[in-house]
Amino acid sequence: MNAISINGLHKSFGPVEVLRGIDLEVRYGEVVCVIGPSGSGKSTLLRCVNLLEEPSRGSIHVAGVEITDPDCDIDRVRRRIGMVFQQFNLFGHLTVRENLTIAQRRVLRRSRAEANRVAMENLDRVGLAVKADAYPAQLSGGQQQRVAIARSLAMGPELMLFDEPTSALDPELVGEVLAVMRGLVADGMTMMVVTHEMSFAREVADRVVFMDGGVLVESGPPADVLGAPREARTREFLHRVLEPTRVSEEEIEAHHPA
Amino acid sequence: MAQLVEPAPAAEGAPPPHRRLGRRQRQRLVRGVQYLVFVAVVLTVALAADWGRLADAFFRLDIARGMFPDVVLVALRNTVTYTLLAFAFGLALGMVLALMRLSSVAPYRWVATAYVELFRGLPALLVLFMVGYGIPLTFPEREIPGGVYGSVMIGLGLTAAAYMAETIRAGIQAVARGQMEAARTLGMSYTWAMISIILPQAFRVVIPPLTNEIILLTKDTSLAYVLGVTAGTIELTKFSGDVLNQRVNPTPLVVAGLLYLAITLPLSQLVRRLELRAAKAR
Repeated sequence: MNAISINGLHKSFGPVEVLRGIDLEVRYGEVVCVIGPSGSGKSTLLRCVNLLEEPSRGSIHVAGVEITDPDCDIDRVRRRIGMVFQQFNLFGHLTVRENLTIAQRRVLRRSRAEANRVAMENLDRVGLAVKADAYPAQLSGGQQQRVAIARSLAMGPELMLFDEPTSALDPELVGEVLAVMRGLVADGMTMMVVTHEMSFAREVADRVVFMDGGVLVESGPPADVLGAPREARTREFLHRVLEPTRVSEEEIEAHHPA
Repeated sequence: MAQLVEPAPAAEGAPPPHRRLGRRQRQRLVRGVQYLVFVAVVLTVALAADWGRLADAFFRLDIARGMFPDVVLVALRNTVTYTLLAFAFGLALGMVLALMRLSSVAPYRWVATAYVELFRGLPALLVLFMVGYGIPLTFPEREIPGGVYGSVMIGLGLTAAAYMAETIRAGIQAVARGQMEAARTLGMSYTWAMISIILPQAFRVVIPPLTNEIILLTKDTSLAYVLGVTAGTIELTKFSGDVLNQRVNPTPLVVAGLLYLAITLPLSQLVRRLELRAAKAR
């Protein structure tokens, strides 16, 4: 059984078709990085996996449950899916500890002591046990994102979704978040990561998926997709991302005709 | 030189450039004139006023003294009671309306929108008449519980609810959409996420405007007199108006005004402090 199984997924926002027929499987224990230009639909794809966006067509199974079934209890499935956002989305009126315990208590019905224990365990895991009583606004972006990861982990998820987890961070804070994610990979967590961090993808991904224009263009081991891409679109994207200073004015005009 | 001098239309046959004032000099001159005008106006008013007559009209200590202690123990207390009752009613109803306006069920949105538009467009006095007289005339066999208290609570609360609904709705929408998404991805239901994540943060945003609403309500309680208040349910404005009629002297109005200010000034000070704190927290 796959952790995630996506079949013929379409998603439109009004007249704009953002996803145009996606098929993707993620096995348990696998780390899949989704890359692609902005507007390619990669975040929408990720958000469909826990139904933050309602697919227009197609089916999605997560951990064996068809979440696209209208009768599916999505709250129950979401407990098993961790999600980390670009903007962290910590609860600003709660302390770090309360951020980690509130859903454990309300959703998993854990006792206060149990929830606290799990919270501290996971804060320790991201190296922020000392900040348990701080408020999110008192933390740096990198620390907030690590707390957000710990908050997801405290629910004991079977798989984790990351939506550009380092894109909102100052460059010097990216490393600490990636280090925490690397730790998760080492622990065998199933992960689907939308990212612009090519070196991270190359290092930890079992598979890299390149998306453009709402379709999967290319997919395979990082060495192939990032090292020797078969598709011209992939090559072009990587060229722009990896060597932004090399892009010439002629190229810009060639791809964005006035 | 010439292109540096700004065109001055009044300066025909202008003075030679070296006589123009420097920037600092000009500032000093303009400020000096403003002080001068201010002092002149104050002096004119002070000299023109008939202080003796004014003191006799507005500051008759014997009349003021005669109003106590009833003006505080009965009138002020009732003003505060009416305010709090109307505020509580308006807050509860406003909260429901705000959630209805954000509902995914279209008819709820329509009803809430219609309500807000209706009651924001009507004078509070008209609504109070409606509750105090219109409803009792229509349903003579029923009574609004609480007598005048109940009528004022509903009559002023209905209008306040419309304003508070808009305030609360704005507060809820000011909470970033990601907060709801984060709560939902942790497995919380929409209702739980709203109660434990969104509303607490929304209320931080709306406490200053809601405090302003209390100030407005405090003043609006002066309309309660139209419901025919008795000696027990009388509030500040009616109370001082009655004394004014008895003694044929406007001093009671000053006393009532000071007592209103005793409520509203600390509240507006509180609003300012809360807003400062909110600005700092951001």
